[in-house]
Amino acid sequence: MDALIPLFVAIPLISAFLIVILGKLVKGFHRFLAPLTLLVLLILAVYEFTGLGKISITYAMGGWTSEGGVPVGIYLVLDGFSVLMLCIINLIGLIALFYSLSYITKYTAESNYFALFCLIIAGMNGVVLSGDLFNLFVFLEVSVISSYALVAFGVGKTELEASFKYQVLGGLASMLILLAIGLIYWKTKTLNIADVRNVLDAGYSKPFYLFVQVLLIAGFGLKAAIIPFHAWLPDAHSSAPSPISAMLSGVLIKAVGIYVLIRLFFNMFVFSYEIALVLTSLGAISMVVGSLLAIKQWDLKRLLAYSSISQVGYVVMAFGMGILLLLRGNNEAAAVLAIGGAIYHMINHAVFKGLLFLNAGAIEHRLNTRNLKEMGGLSKAMPVTSTTSFMASMSISGIPPFNGFFSKLIIVIAAINGRFYLLATLAVVVSIITLAYFLKFQRFAFFNKSTGKALDKIKEVPFAMSFSMIFLAVLCLALSLLALPSVRDSILSPAIDVLMQSDLYFTSTLGL
Amino acid sequence: MTVYILCFVLFLVGLYGLITRRNLIKIAISLSIMEFSIFLMLVLIGYIDNGLMPIVDPGLSAQVYVDPLPQAMVLTAIVIGLATTAMLMAIAIRLYRKYKTFDIREMKNLRG
Amino acid sequence: MEGMSTIVKRVTPLLAGLIFLYGIYIILHGHLTPGGGFAGGAIIAGAFILLILAFGSSALNLKKEVAGSSNTESIALLMVVVLALMALLFGTKVFFFNYLPKGEPGELLSAGVIPLYNIFIGIEVAGAILTIFLALVIFKEESSK
Repeated sequence: MDALIPLFVAIPLISAFLIVILGKLVKGFHRFLAPLTLLVLLILAVYEFTGLGKISITYAMGGWTSEGGVPVGIYLVLDGFSVLMLCIINLIGLIALFYSLSYITKYTAESNYFALFCLIIAGMNGVVLSGDLFNLFVFLEVSVISSYALVAFGVGKTELEASFKYQVLGGLASMLILLAIGLIYWKTKTLNIADVRNVLDAGYSKPFYLFVQVLLIAGFGLKAAIIPFHAWLPDAHSSAPSPISAMLSGVLIKAVGIYVLIRLFFNMFVFSYEIALVLTSLGAISMVVGSLLAIKQWDLKRLLAYSSISQVGYVVMAFGMGILLLLRGNNEAAAVLAIGGAIYHMINHAVFKGLLFLNAGAIEHRLNTRNLKEMGGLSKAMPVTSTTSFMASMSISGIPPFNGFFSKLIIVIAAINGRFYLLATLAVVVSIITLAYFLKFQRFAFFNKSTGKALDKIKEVPFAMSFSMIFLAVLCLALSLLALPSVRDSILSPAIDVLMQSDLYFTSTLGL
Repeated sequence: MTVYILCFVLFLVGLYGLITRRNLIKIAISLSIMEFSIFLMLVLIGYIDNGLMPIVDPGLSAQVYVDPLPQAMVLTAIVIGLATTAMLMAIAIRLYRKYKTFDIREMKNLRG
Repeated sequence: MEGMSTIVKRVTPLLAGLIFLYGIYIILHGHLTPGGGFAGGAIIAGAFILLILAFGSSALNLKKEVAGSSNTESIALLMVVVLALMALLFGTKVFFFNYLPKGEPGELLSAGVIPLYNIFIGIEVAGAILTIFLALVIFKEESSK
């Protein structure tokens, strides 16, 4: 089981290069190899998940283990939180790729698309697994550089412009992250996340590390599009091909943004009150402002992109609340609720936002427009798209019995238990605003009178696309089972434990 | 300490260019300047006075070497920087073919 | 793109050979001296780019050249991953394990698999830089038409 860990990075890399070499020679080779790769990765991830339990595995690359307690080589660390992220990344990746089989036929250079897709997956798997700061940076760049290329895949004016904007801001973010990594290395003389924690436990100067943490919040905040750093997201996510939007909004901003932020702040740095306050308020601000900006959008994919900002705000706010509660120390149950709710909402958001972008892609595929005013009356013409998008909309706006309701409920209960009454009110209000703009989407896209376009010519999308949408919609319902205590214990609890007992990570990684 | 401040000044020069320039190519150059200021800082972090280059010579006994890890980091980061710059250039040239100009004020599709 | 003057055309081949050899030297001594795959690969790509600049791209079939260099690059990268995966079969069965005999430090044939990695990374970098250069040339040709 240990030997399987590097395969998460090696397999997608191999198939990406094979696709580049053979994709032009053998017809249809890439359409066959890329989904197979993702399927193998998903099976591997689920296998690791079932076998892992509460332990964590450390894999020293090249056999370079520790020398007198100090790690020498690059470590890959697989624990409850990272294996959960691996499952989500590869699941959404597989669905989006299956969807692309039909969707991508309207673009040229198909094989490049599939190769870049495999590279993005390799980069994200690497980021999630890495236990070494610089290695993490390298994998992060692998995934974001391929996403720059994929955003510009349509090579129209808007796509290129969005990609340029994304690259400039993404480059800025990478530099801030690199600067922070350099500063950490300067003071601690180590790059291993667990070892940095070990050094920090022996004492540190607070102002310096506050500066480093602010740099990291700015850097990964830019990658995760938390509100003051969000300018690129609506453009990039709405210009990309729809399956890629689903990947970017559903998985990428979480894997390279939120996951790393949370991993570093919980397992590497010692908690500090100031940073927790900054995280909580940034989360709350992006939750509110993102939803307010989403209301006035008429471009369907821009609306979804702004709603991503708002939903990511929930996750960041809940994690910040968790840190605040852990620092306060007298209310551990509420902290467990907050962190668990945040992880739960992260999974849910990956599923329903992925589904919504796939719906938007289906509508764009048939109508060639993203403007809500030009749609209408599609519920008869496209029943599958209509039903699945209705389920996803209800899920994201927190209507029972869908999964979004339970994760938002857990976050709100945690806020009330921890006596953050303002945040609890905001979370409920934003949920209502979310319902408002998703009802707008439903009404104008599916139930309004048609506006001129001949409806009888519009057919339902091909099988690969509708199957992916149905699968994700069923998942929306199924994931609400995670709220049951027995299911939660087996799936969410390992991840929560890793974050709650923040010393556990470095003791188990270093083998102390 | 002066050298670190100079690195920071170089970083600010890049940031100034990034904010004020209106030409796509000049924006890419500003990004590169910022990148290299950080690389410079990383190399300086590993520098030790009177240190030798970090290659073990079997003939010599124990010596003081400079820290090789930041150098490895900088080499890797330069490769990444190459990829980013190549992507930026490719997109800039594509944009030039669409708009017939490098001026960012002419590209208004995504304003607001 | 047109070629340059006769003087340049006469001198460049002489220089390009030397530069190419120097790149190979840097790659092969990557485990002994500063340099290695990336530096050597960049130098080799420099030799090719010099030739193309001097003689002009009109003599080349650009599309074919790009396909060739991009394939070379991908195959070299694939070899690096395969070399790393082979380590799962030998020795301590760890990814990226150095499974070949290490030899004497300081000799040309030493350090196990590291020279092999250097060679393939050198080919990869040369291919990649050449691909980027040729792609930019193609852009220029197409927009000047």
